[in-house]
Parts: sequence; structure tokens; C-alpha cells
Amino acid sequence: MDATVTTPGSVGQKTWGGGNEPMSASYGKLMMWFFIVSDALTFSGFLAAYGFSRFKFIETWPLADEVFTHFPFLHGVTAPMYYVALMTFILIFSSVTMVLAVDAGHQMNKKKVTFYMFLTIIGGLIFVGSQAWEWKNFIKGEYGAIETKGGSLLQFVDNTGKRLSLAEVAQSLPKERETLTRNKGVWFMKESELPTYSVEEVQAGFAANPNILIRTEVIYQDTPANRADKTLQPGLQKAKHKKILTRAESEKMLANAKYVVEGANLVRNEYGSKLFADFFFFITGFHGFHVFSGVIINIIIFFNVLLGTYERRGTYEMVEKVGLYWHFVDLVWVFVFTVFYLV
Amino acid sequence: MAHEHVSNTKRIWFVFALLSVVTTVEVILGIIKPESLLHTNALGMNLLNWVFYILTIVKAYYIVWAFMHIEGEKASLRWSVVAPVIFLVLYLLFILLVEANYIFEIFRDSTIKWNF
Repeated sequence: MDATVTTPGSVGQKTWGGGNEPMSASYGKLMMWFFIVSDALTFSGFLAAYGFSRFKFIETWPLADEVFTHFPFLHGVTAPMYYVALMTFILIFSSVTMVLAVDAGHQMNKKKVTFYMFLTIIGGLIFVGSQAWEWKNFIKGEYGAIETKGGSLLQFVDNTGKRLSLAEVAQSLPKERETLTRNKGVWFMKESELPTYSVEEVQAGFAANPNILIRTEVIYQDTPANRADKTLQPGLQKAKHKKILTRAESEKMLANAKYVVEGANLVRNEYGSKLFADFFFFITGFHGFHVFSGVIINIIIFFNVLLGTYERRGTYEMVEKVGLYWHFVDLVWVFVFTVFYLV
Repeated sequence: MAHEHVSNTKRIWFVFALLSVVTTVEVILGIIKPESLLHTNALGMNLLNWVFYILTIVKAYYIVWAFMHIEGEKASLRWSVVAPVIFLVLYLLFILLVEANYIFEIFRDSTIKWNF
């Protein structure tokens, strides 16, 4: 009998009477596949929207290896990619333990299923924790930046092209105002935290040190037009890196400063395009939520295995079904990894 | 199910090794960014990005075929899951990326000034 035979009489049972399995997959498994198809399309929609925004702002999009540079216990060391590569390995490995659990389930080996399910759950928890750490670094930021009235983002470098943080640029001036909190004004009045340095302090520090230059969001492409551009500092430009302005141009740009940006939130971020942080939070957040729900589901199934539910049922198919979901989460991460960190 | 009670452990470890190798290659390429690949352009992207996408699809294939074990399902189930996703994703990417490129060119070439 091939997949879906619907001609009455060709099968030994009543086709429409229920109980048969279209495409030789049980109801639950088929529905899990349906769910995965729809969820895959949801994620594709998000990633395609990211691609849309990126192509739309192709000349100014942040460069991943300047954004994700942290590794645990290596303070101040620029280590792009390593941490996220580690996360990828953790997730792939938890996928392997999951598929080993499914395999052990086929042999009705309760002990092995328990062991591998346990490893899978641990792997999932480590991954979610790693993602939280990644978010923490992203939100906190490292160098800080200035946003102009027009919405451009300005970063600081010294005359060798090395990035400078706001702390290295700004000069402290007598503070004219402090954060308005509820206990200082009318009860309904408050404001979000003020940045560490004011725009005036950054401008003053910049004016005092002639070695500071401004790096724009725009990517240098090393075209003849780029090379002839008089506004760019000679000797510091590298292809596929951000453009660095001459001192005169830098002064002109900084005169338009409007906000001091430290770290990232949903409104603005120090890395560049505002949409970059929005998509980062939304897509990795949605994926992290999937991992989190996967861990919860795995824990439930883990206890069912321990209680011997599937032993009594005579089949470990439930492990296989949550396994499908878990592998799907891994599958999505493979694409998120490429799109956010590699390309 | 035809594949029941057959242990696939060997294949699982093989696929794990393969996925690890591919990921390692991706990470190495991502760190050194070879100039010969980076400073090229084919169909709107540099060759390095194409390499990344192709390797990603290789990984996706092994995850779906081996880990999700779609290779053990009936061909009808396999393709009713995979084909619609592939078709719709390609369709969506084609529409959105072409449109985004158009908007980029409008911003770049027309008199609208959005970033200053």
C-alpha cells in the first residue's frame, strides 16, 4: 500500500472509518510535521524581513564581527565568532543526544532514553543561558556612540583607526541636570536613565583632543569614487570596513550631535542601524523562546520516561515527536547563525 | 515504519562529525575572511556569503534528513513537508530582496535625503 490510498476496497479496512494512517505516519507525528512547516515559514518570514532591511540599508548595516566580540573570562580581548560558534556546537550536540534518545526508544531501552534525554535538557539549558549572556553584552554595549539630528550614528576612533569608547573621549563638565525620578518631581513624572556622558561632554572632549576622528556607519567599498573622496581620512580606509572621516569633517558631523547612545535597546543602539538591534532582539528572542519551550517539553517527556509511561504504552513515539521539535529548533539556529553572525 | 528497531547510531555520529566539520569551516572562514572570496560579486552577494549559505543548506539537509529522519518517511510525506517550504521561501526571498534593492537604489539615486 502506498502513501494515501483512498479507493475503497483496496485496503483491508474502511478508508474513511478512521484508524488508518495517511502517509504511514501517526496522527501526532503528522501534526508535528504540519506545525514544523508552519513554524519554519514563520521564521523564514522573519529572516526574509531581516534580509529586506539589510538590503535596503546595505551601505550602512553593522558588521557582525565588530558587534559580537565577547568571550567569557576574556575581558578586553576581541574574539568575534568564537562564542557563538561554541553555542552552535552545544545546540548541535544536544540535537545528537536527542536523536540518540529517539534511537534508544526504538529499542525500548528505557535507561538509555533517560540518559540521553537528560543530556539534551542540559544542553538546551546551557544554550539558553549562553543566549542570555549574549543579550547582556549586546544590551550593555562596549564603546558607545553619538546619534545626530538626522539619525546617523557616529563612533569614535583615534588616528590609527582604533575604536575609542565614550569614556576615553568625553571630558567631564559640571553637571547641569540629573535624572528625574518619581521622588523628585510630581508622582507621575519620571524619565529613563540619563547616559553616562552628556552630548556637551563628548563634544568638549572631542574638541580638546585633535587625534580623535569620527567613524560613520557607511561601508568603504574601495571604488574610484570612494578613493577620490576628500572627506575621508587618508590611510585609514579599508575595504568592507566603515568609513573614517577627516578631522574637519568629523567636527562638522559632531556639531549635529543629538543623543549619546550606550548599548542597545529597541529605539537606538550603538552598533548602527536601529533595525539591526530590533531584528536581533526579535529573531534571537523568538528562537530563544523556542529553545526554552523545547526544554520545558523535554522535561515533561523526561519525567514521563522516568515514570514508565511509554514503557507501558509499548512505544516511545512521544520522544520521537518532541525530538522533531528539538531538531527543528537546531535547524532554525543554523540559519540564524549564518544570517546574523557569518554573512 | 520500516526503520523501526534498527539502530542508526553509526549514522548519527557520522552526521554529527560532518555538522561539526562544516561549522568549523564556517567559523574559520568567518574569522579570516579570505580576500579572494570577499572582494567578489556574484548575483548581488560576494562569494564568501554564497559559500556560507551553501554550507548552511548542507547542514540543514543533514539535520532534516538524518536527525529528523525524514529519509525514513514515505516519499509523499517527505516532499509534502519539504517542497512547500523550499518553494515559499525562495518566492519570499525573491520578492523581498528585489524590492529592498529597489528601495536602496531610490534612496541612493533620488533626491530623497534620509541620513545626514
